[in-house]
Amino acid sequence: MNSFADLGSSKLESSLNDELKKHVSAYDKYKDLPEDELFTPAEFDSSEAEMGGYSNYSYWKATLRAFLHNKTAAFFLAVIVIVLAFTFIQPLLPNQRSAKTIYNDSETGIQIVNRQPDSEFWFGTNSIGQDLWARTWAGTRTSLGIGFAVACWEALFGTVIGLLWGYVRKLDTFFTEFYNIFDNVPQTLVLILISYIMKPGVNTIIFALCLTGWLGMARFIRNQVVIIRDRDYNLASRCLGTSTGRIITKNLLPYLVSVITLRMALAIPEAIGNEVFVTYIGIGLPTDMASLGNLVQAGRLVMSQPELRYQLLFPTAVLAVITISLYIVGNSFADAADPKNHVD
Amino acid sequence: MRAVIEKCNNSSKRLAEIRSINFSKGQDTVTKYISKRILHSLITLCIVIVIVLALLRQMPIEGYFNNFDKMSQTQINVTLKQLGLKDPLPVQVGRYFVQLLHGDFGTSIKYRAGYSNAKIIAQKAPLSIEIGLISLAIALILGLPLGAAMARSTRSKFKFWDRFGTVLIVIVQAIPSAVYYLLIQLYGSEWFGVSMLFSRSNYATWILPIFSLSLGNIVYYAMWLRRFMVDEANKDYIKLACAKGVSQKKIWDRHVFRNAIVPLVQYIPNSILFTLMGSLYVESLYSIPGMGGLLVQAIKIQDNTLVEALVVLYSMISVVGLLLGDILMAIFDPRISFTGKEGAR
Repeated sequence: MNSFADLGSSKLESSLNDELKKHVSAYDKYKDLPEDELFTPAEFDSSEAEMGGYSNYSYWKATLRAFLHNKTAAFFLAVIVIVLAFTFIQPLLPNQRSAKTIYNDSETGIQIVNRQPDSEFWFGTNSIGQDLWARTWAGTRTSLGIGFAVACWEALFGTVIGLLWGYVRKLDTFFTEFYNIFDNVPQTLVLILISYIMKPGVNTIIFALCLTGWLGMARFIRNQVVIIRDRDYNLASRCLGTSTGRIITKNLLPYLVSVITLRMALAIPEAIGNEVFVTYIGIGLPTDMASLGNLVQAGRLVMSQPELRYQLLFPTAVLAVITISLYIVGNSFADAADPKNHVD
Repeated sequence: MRAVIEKCNNSSKRLAEIRSINFSKGQDTVTKYISKRILHSLITLCIVIVIVLALLRQMPIEGYFNNFDKMSQTQINVTLKQLGLKDPLPVQVGRYFVQLLHGDFGTSIKYRAGYSNAKIIAQKAPLSIEIGLISLAIALILGLPLGAAMARSTRSKFKFWDRFGTVLIVIVQAIPSAVYYLLIQLYGSEWFGVSMLFSRSNYATWILPIFSLSLGNIVYYAMWLRRFMVDEANKDYIKLACAKGVSQKKIWDRHVFRNAIVPLVQYIPNSILFTLMGSLYVESLYSIPGMGGLLVQAIKIQDNTLVEALVVLYSMISVVGLLLGDILMAIFDPRISFTGKEGAR
C-alpha cells in the first residue's frame, strides 16, 4: 500500500467492480418478467409530460448536510453550543455567586483568599477572595462579546468594502493602494497604540480590533469577486437582465459565505488572544472587570506557586475549549458552505 | 480528526491567499518589480509615520513628565512648549522627519531621563535580532522536516506523523499565542528545571523563549509544506516516475520535496511579522533585555517619547521585513519569468 501505483490501480479496480455490479442488478431485476410485459409500449400521459426536470438543490440544506457529514465538526459544534449556552444561562442558575463580590469567612470575617477548588467554590477563589467560577463565566461572556462584536463588524464592513472594491472598477486602484499601505502595519502595533492613547475599556479594544481586522476580509472578498464577476454564468445572468443586487446575493454571496464565516469564527479567538495580550501589557480592561484576559493575567501572577496554579489553568482551559472548537467548527463550516463541495 | 484538518488546511490556504501580494509580477522583470516595491515601501513608511505621529500626539500628556502631579499648569505648558508639542501638527511631523533622517529618536523621559532613545534602543536591539533570527532558523529546521514527514505519512498505514502534526497545528493555531507562551514558560521551566527568567550567559534559558517564538512558525511551515507536497505527489509526473520504478526515497526527496519547497518562500514575510510581534510578549515574559520587552516596559511606565520611538521603529521594521520577504519571493519564485532562464514551470 506504500506506493502510488498501487493506489491508482486499486481505485480503478473498485470502480470497475461497482460498474459491473450495477449491470448485474439491472439484469436480476427484470429477468423474471414475461417477454410481452417487457416490450409493451408505455401509455402517453400528458400530465407527466408537462413535468420538467428540476433540481431540489437548496444551498443551506446542502451546507448543513455536508457539515453534519463530518462527525468531528458536529461534535465540536455541540461543544461550542453547550459552552455558549451555559455561559449565558449560568448567572440565571440558582446559587450562583456574583463575579465581583469579595467573600468573607462567616466565622472570622476574613476574606476567603486563594481557596482551593472545593464543593463550595468550584474553581476556588482568587487572591482577593472572589469566586473564580463566577468570574470565569463572566469573563467568557465579556471576551465572547468583544470577539463577536469584532467578528460582526469585520463580516459586515469587510464584505461591503470588498464588494465595492471588486465590483466598482474605478475604486480598484484606490483601494489596492490603500491596502498595500495599511497591510504593512501589524495589527498588534495598532492595538497597542490605540489602547495606549484611549481610555482602557471594552469599547477601546473593540475599536482597535475593528480598525484593522476588516482589511484582510475586504481583500479576500475583492479577489473572489474579481474572479467570479465575469464568469459565464454571471454574464448570462446579466444578459438575461438580472439586477445587480440579485447577482450579488444569489450568484456571488454563496461563494463568499464560506470565507465570511471562517473569518468570523477565527476573529473571535483572535480577539480573545489580543485581549489577553493587551491586558498583559497593562493597557487592557480595568482589573476589576472579569474578562478572560484579566483572569489569565491574574493567574499568571501567582503561577509560580504550584498550589495556586488552578487560578491560571481554569480560565485557560475554558479559553482553549472555546477557541479550539471555534477553529474547527469555523473551518469545517467554511468547507461545507463552499458550493464546490456540494457536488458529490 | 484527520478529515477535519485536511479541510482546515484547505480553508487556511484560502485565508493565506489574502496576504499574497498582488502586483502584476508576470509582466515585470524582477529588477523593475523590486524597485517598484521599494518605492512602495518608502511611501508606505512615510504615510505610516505621519499617522503614527498624529495618533501619538493624542497620548495622555502625563507621559511627557517625570513628576506630573507636582507641577503647576504654567510649568506644564512651558515644558510642552519646549518639547514643541504646542506647534501645529504638520510642523511637528516635519521636524520629526528631519530628526529621523539624522538618526535621532528623541530623548527618553522616564525610562532613563535625558538619555537618547536611539542609544537605549541600540543597546537592546542586537539581542532581539539574535533571538529573532535564531527562532526563525529553528522554525525552518523543525517545521520543514515535520511538514515533509506529515506529507509522507499520508501514504502510510497509520499516518502517525500526519495525525500528530495536524493535532499540533490545530492546537497552536487555535489557542491564542499569548496563552500558550505562558503555558510553555510554566511547564517548560518546571519539566526541564530551567529558570523562568532569561539570563544571557546561561544558554539553557535561551531555549524556552526561542522555542515559544518559533512554535507558531513551525506549524505554519509544516502546514504549508505538507499541503504543497501532497499536491505535488498527486501530479502525473510523479505517477510516471513511480511507474518507471524510481525508488520512493528518490521521488520524495528529489522530486516532491524540492518542488514543494519553492512556493514556501511566500510565507517568509508573514513569519517575520509573527516573530516580531511575538517577541513583544515573549521578551517581556522572560524579561529578556531586548527591544520588545522595552516597548512593554515603556508603555507600563508611560514614557511617551520612548513609546513613540519604538512604535515608529517597529513599523519601520515590519515594512522592511515585508519588503525583504516579497523581494526574496520575487527572486525565488520560478513562476516569474525573466531573461530567458529555463522556465520549467
